[in-house]
Amino acid sequence: MAPLLDVTNLVTEFATRDGLLRAVDGVSLSVARGEVLGLVGESGSGKSVTGFSILGLVDPPGRIASGSVVFDGQELIGLPENRLRQLRGRRIAMVFQDPMMTLNPVLSIETQMVEAVLAHQNASKAAARERALEMLGRVGIASPASRLAQYPHQFSGGMRQRVAIAIALINRPDLVIADEPTTALDVTVQGQILFEMQKLVRESGSALIWITHDLAVIAGLADRVAVMYAGRIVEQGAAAEVLELPAHPYTRGLLDSVPANNATSRRLKQIPGMTPSLLRLAPGCAFRERCERAAERCIDMPELKLHGARHVRCHFPLVSA
Amino acid sequence: MSTMEIPLSPALPQQAKGESRFLRFAREFAASHIAVFGLAMLAVVIVVALAAPWIAPQNPYDLGKLDLLDARLPPGEKAGSGNMTYLLGTDGQGRDMLSAIMYGLRVSLMVGVASGAIALTLGAALGVLAAYLGGRFEQVLMRIVDIQLGFPAILVALILLAVLGKGVDKIIIALVTVQWAYYARTARSAALVERNKDYIEAARGLGLSARRIVLRHLLPNSLPPLIVVATVQVAHAIALEATLSFLGLGLPATEPSLGLLIANGYEYMLSGKYWISVYPGVALLATILAINLVGDQLRDVLNPRLAR
Amino acid sequence: MTVYILRRLAQTLLVLFVTALLVFFGLFLVGDPVEILVNPVADETERARASAALGLDKPIYEQFFIFLKNAITGNLGTSFVFGRSALEVIIERMPATLELAFLAMVIAVSLGVPLGIYAGLRPDSIAAKAIMAASILGFSLPTFWVGLLLILVFAVQLGWLPSTGRGPTVDVFGLQLSIVHWEGLKYALLPAINLALFKLSLIIRLARAQTREQVLLDYVKFARAKGLSKARVIGVHLLKNILIPLVTVIGLELGSVIAFAVVTETIFAWPGMGKLVIDSIFQLDRPVVVAYLLIVVFMFILINLAVDLLYSALDPRVRLAEAK
Repeated sequence: MAPLLDVTNLVTEFATRDGLLRAVDGVSLSVARGEVLGLVGESGSGKSVTGFSILGLVDPPGRIASGSVVFDGQELIGLPENRLRQLRGRRIAMVFQDPMMTLNPVLSIETQMVEAVLAHQNASKAAARERALEMLGRVGIASPASRLAQYPHQFSGGMRQRVAIAIALINRPDLVIADEPTTALDVTVQGQILFEMQKLVRESGSALIWITHDLAVIAGLADRVAVMYAGRIVEQGAAAEVLELPAHPYTRGLLDSVPANNATSRRLKQIPGMTPSLLRLAPGCAFRERCERAAERCIDMPELKLHGARHVRCHFPLVSA
Repeated sequence: MSTMEIPLSPALPQQAKGESRFLRFAREFAASHIAVFGLAMLAVVIVVALAAPWIAPQNPYDLGKLDLLDARLPPGEKAGSGNMTYLLGTDGQGRDMLSAIMYGLRVSLMVGVASGAIALTLGAALGVLAAYLGGRFEQVLMRIVDIQLGFPAILVALILLAVLGKGVDKIIIALVTVQWAYYARTARSAALVERNKDYIEAARGLGLSARRIVLRHLLPNSLPPLIVVATVQVAHAIALEATLSFLGLGLPATEPSLGLLIANGYEYMLSGKYWISVYPGVALLATILAINLVGDQLRDVLNPRLAR
Repeated sequence: MTVYILRRLAQTLLVLFVTALLVFFGLFLVGDPVEILVNPVADETERARASAALGLDKPIYEQFFIFLKNAITGNLGTSFVFGRSALEVIIERMPATLELAFLAMVIAVSLGVPLGIYAGLRPDSIAAKAIMAASILGFSLPTFWVGLLLILVFAVQLGWLPSTGRGPTVDVFGLQLSIVHWEGLKYALLPAINLALFKLSLIIRLARAQTREQVLLDYVKFARAKGLSKARVIGVHLLKNILIPLVTVIGLELGSVIAFAVVTETIFAWPGMGKLVIDSIFQLDRPVVVAYLLIVVFMFILINLAVDLLYSALDPRVRLAEAK
């Protein structure tokens, strides 16, 4: 069965004052229908840009330099803007990180939800409003009718994000890209939103790409996990496998530094060094300078190779195939 | 704040090793060709204005030297006595337009800069003081500033001059009255930002005198935005003075600024003698434009928030 | 919301009172009110009569109340030149100035906002750079000089439009307006364009700055991610956010335009309040000047109030905060 989304060798560059920066450097991933893919990485790893690239929302000075993004059999790169627009919000939807800034502060919730429906369907305003009410109920907002007339600043952070999720799902998209949707929220709310998303996505059968820097978040949620570092995928595979027994040293480092995985009153394990600047990447494996297993061989860039049931980009994977 | 991970690129240009702050500032300023052009134009204007008594072909206010028979000559005509060519023509009294414009520039610039400087000093002092003292003083002052800024400059100046009459000092008073509030408000905002920084608290705790804190810390940090405001205000002051002179208020006929020159030519326009009004206007435009071009670039360069 | 309006009205009355106070005591500061408000060619008996009428023999605060009472009933003195109530003379000229100011603002806003938004959306395009260059020029041109040039080019050289004066008027709800028909509009075009030029440049720059700032914000990207058409993203999402600060500026600029009409009316011999006050200043018709001052201040206060109310209506964050 062909995957719903198939990204091959995506390269997205930014022209900065100090040179050409490759935020996404040859990323390949795929998502099957109804599947949840967790895209994990630190800030600056290129994960958000990957999400934007799929939707064609990379603005100058950035641009998609090469690669292919095939969605349901259709190549998205190079597609004319009006065709892309028909897909956005209808078949591929996105949820952003900070709900305060993603909802327009001067328009009512009703306006912002109804327009999402009317942009893609020939419905009446009343019908669109009905749909909006229905979605608000499904994301767990009480008394949706009175809430519709309100404005974003009258909602708490968690509620705003629920509204954003409602908007994303309102046209029953096949794929939802969620870019760190819980990062800006309180810890308690995070759990709720996570649960809601999971439920909604399973119910509607949408596929979900959940972008995050927090491994703990996707542990219970994702079917498959892809780990990004310095613009490249370094490990990709079934969630259970990757999170139990990581093959790439970076993934291992990430897992080790999760507080829950550390014994109490011992020092938190950290990955030594700092995220490299994408403008000054050393040749070879980008993780080389921070890896305790690095050797001479690592001067050569490792390829993303099939390693058992998953893909790893490392000359010395932690786990044998 | 964007959710998008804009890749790390420094917002401010790197400082070359050992480059002084001024040099870096100059380099950033020169990045805009238009601004450099504006600066050059401004330099020309200033030089002409300063050197007018020496480089003007004729002293247009020495009535003895004027020849009424030479009145209203178009540009390029020679004087009846043959000893000079009126490059830009003559006005209704036989004055050489080129010389009149040079002297006029002198007056216009002088009034504009003088009023700007006084307004700057007065306004900045009050503004910084308000930021430092806070409390009632600040509240009352800012109220006054707000009310003052709610009135259009031309109205205030008009009424003041109607009451005060003509004269260089009177117009400077009017211009200062119109401008000081902008400086006060800007100075206060900038000083407030600085005042709220921790090191000022520390300085106060150490018992540093108020005067020292204000002069050494609050004031210097207010300077960049004040400089930007100053360029805009000086341009406005020059334009306002020209307008008022055109209307017949403010400067007396013995100190004609460009505005008065333009007014003098008004009556001749309908009969096609355009040069008496048009050329002084060009000089005025050049001056104001030059200041605005420079001011625009200054604002961009001195604004730390703009990622270029 | 009603509490808010009431509060603002109370503030307005306070400012009016303070202004009246300032004007009144200003008159005293400047000189003898008899000198100022009485016709300079009046003889002794007239002066004595005027003095009594103005209540100048009474204590100051009583005089102030007489002044206030007079002002409220519309008696701001008699014009020396016209021999009629100063207030009446000014109100007669108001429609002329207001229609000119209105036309100028319409031109400035309807051209300035779209041009500014365009320049903000495509800042590196040639068109945008041309627009910005033109706006700096428009900003720097002395208004009165441009007026002269406009007359020179369009009236004298090309003969397309009349050079001075106001066109024939038409009765609209009791007001005499000239711009509602082409015959009158012809006369109003040049002065209105002249008045509009500076504001146009200002609005272009403001709209551009706002657009550049807003277009980077997340809600724009989110709107695009929803698949909304470009027209809707710019015309609804962006525009509403830009309009809020813009409306404040436009409102305040309206007051400024009314004041600046003084210059334009003089150049184009447009019979409005502005020309009246300049003539009055030179003719020493001081009651008219005082009346003009009070009227104009009153108008500004009204405009400020309207702008505040409009701002609340537009920005839901403010509206709901005030309601609490």
